[in-house]
Amino acid sequence: MEKIFQKLSLTSATLVFVLLIGIFLTLYSAAKPAIDEFGFDFITNPDWNKEVVLENLDDEAIIDEDDVAIADEDDAEIADEDDVILDEDEMLLDDEDETATKTIYGGLVPIVGTLLTTLIALAFALPIAMGIAVFLAEIAPKNISYVVGIAIELLAAIPSIIFGMWGLYYFAPIISDLFGGYQVSLLTAGLVLGVMILPFMAAITRDSMNTTPAVLKESAYALGATKFEVIKDIIFPYSKVGIIGSIILALGRALGETMAVAFLIGSVFVLPQKITDPTISIPVAMANNFGEASGLGESALFYLALILFIISFAVISLAKFYFLKKAK
Amino acid sequence: MRLLVNKIFLALSILSALIGLAFLGWILATLFLKGLSSFHFSLFLDDLVDGGLRNLIVGQMILAGIASLIGIPLGMTAGIYIQEYGQGRYASLIRDLSDIMMSAPSIVIGAFVYALIVVPTGGTSGWAGAVALAIMMIPVVINTTDSMLSLVPRELREAGIALGASKYKVIIDIVIKAAKVGIMTGILLAFARIIGETAPLLFTSETSNYFSLNLSESFPSLTVSIYDLANEPEESSRDLAWAASFILTVMVLIINLTGRFITRNKK
Repeated sequence: MEKIFQKLSLTSATLVFVLLIGIFLTLYSAAKPAIDEFGFDFITNPDWNKEVVLENLDDEAIIDEDDVAIADEDDAEIADEDDVILDEDEMLLDDEDETATKTIYGGLVPIVGTLLTTLIALAFALPIAMGIAVFLAEIAPKNISYVVGIAIELLAAIPSIIFGMWGLYYFAPIISDLFGGYQVSLLTAGLVLGVMILPFMAAITRDSMNTTPAVLKESAYALGATKFEVIKDIIFPYSKVGIIGSIILALGRALGETMAVAFLIGSVFVLPQKITDPTISIPVAMANNFGEASGLGESALFYLALILFIISFAVISLAKFYFLKKAK
Repeated sequence: MRLLVNKIFLALSILSALIGLAFLGWILATLFLKGLSSFHFSLFLDDLVDGGLRNLIVGQMILAGIASLIGIPLGMTAGIYIQEYGQGRYASLIRDLSDIMMSAPSIVIGAFVYALIVVPTGGTSGWAGAVALAIMMIPVVINTTDSMLSLVPRELREAGIALGASKYKVIIDIVIKAAKVGIMTGILLAFARIIGETAPLLFTSETSNYFSLNLSESFPSLTVSIYDLANEPEESSRDLAWAASFILTVMVLIINLTGRFITRNKK
């Protein structure tokens, strides 16, 4: 019995390891056709789902026909599983009769969209979250800090889809009146995302600040320092590493957030020229296109998912294992 | 001058707290006003196809319930391994990986389950949705179990062993009992988190307009339907989405507050 229980708990623990590896390998194999087709150019190519005509020049024609053949094979394989593809196959064949075309996918727009919304969210949330953390940790009396702390944590518990709906119908109109431009844009998406990560960032920053030993603070107060000076010269330097870790962790959250952004970013595969232009992010591209995608298009979405997974994995590891470990 | 700077700084900090509270108030006020005005008791009796929400609420509960049935035992036993059995490197590696998984983008988990279950089985299903939610839940339960067990004093374990109890007896009858309240709170918070998830369900369970208990077909989901309804042009669909959001948020907040209440009473 003892042995069984021990084996059982070891198996569950190993499952975490297996899951993480499994996610990586599954995404990679599903993205493989797109990776083979587009390589690393995928990251810098701004065109999504664009038909390009293959030119029939002597040298290139051979290579191009190969490409088409590979694409056809891929489609045919999937066609066994999914009858919807049949239409597309026919279309592809029709195309070949006249001019050879192929559909290309590039991930630049959603990648840029993801990074920019996250940056806007961070720029908006950072000062307010720091203010809240200072308020909770140092300024407010215990009972007020407790109540406000719970309120802020409740804000974090509200499902993200609610943030999206509220943002689209109530927050975005005000922002677009103030700054001009569309109601669905990089700016409104980023700001709503900022509101969403605000409580999370504030809560973990407060926890970092609370690790400052009381003796240090008391000595500074005894020397006649004001609250501001204690916070600036004692608490911030002491908990700096932890605070940076908290910020990066919040950033990791913002990168992968889907629903709040989906309502507000506009979901168009166009590079934004201004901050008030609509665009798209990786999670939103997946949320809105996965259902209809097939073949290479679906594979390209998996490629995006893989990129997102790797970015957030790196960001979170950096926060957890460099900054937050050091803080302990 | 120093005192002035200090005053300004304190004022700014209080202002930030007020801004945070204002957003919470604004969102809750919107939800209550819009939600209550479209709220009607018949929402609980009719299915979506007749303009109600019954099938969606039941469906979401079932998805989160099955996810818990999968996620809680796996998460707890893994947490027990890390804290009680694991030694050195491997246990701390698992702890770190589970920490990372806790923050993994939920839509990526949805894509993973899509490739793993939806494609091979030929279509979206309630099982796929429940598995996606379970994967979201496991690391949270591991984290709670791990940190709550670490608070149990070593002496309790030693006393149990000294009485001749085997290790798993000590874990189940002493350590878990001592950490029960904390673990339950963590599980409630984890449940509150997954019941409001949308992204992992979008292409795993999808949603359905009809009442269903058959987990091997597309399964009604409250959150996915909110997303669909909110994007429809008709005013009536959007009102229904607000009513659904209101019900969802009330559910989430009640579960969340219950969890906090339990811990507070214990203390």
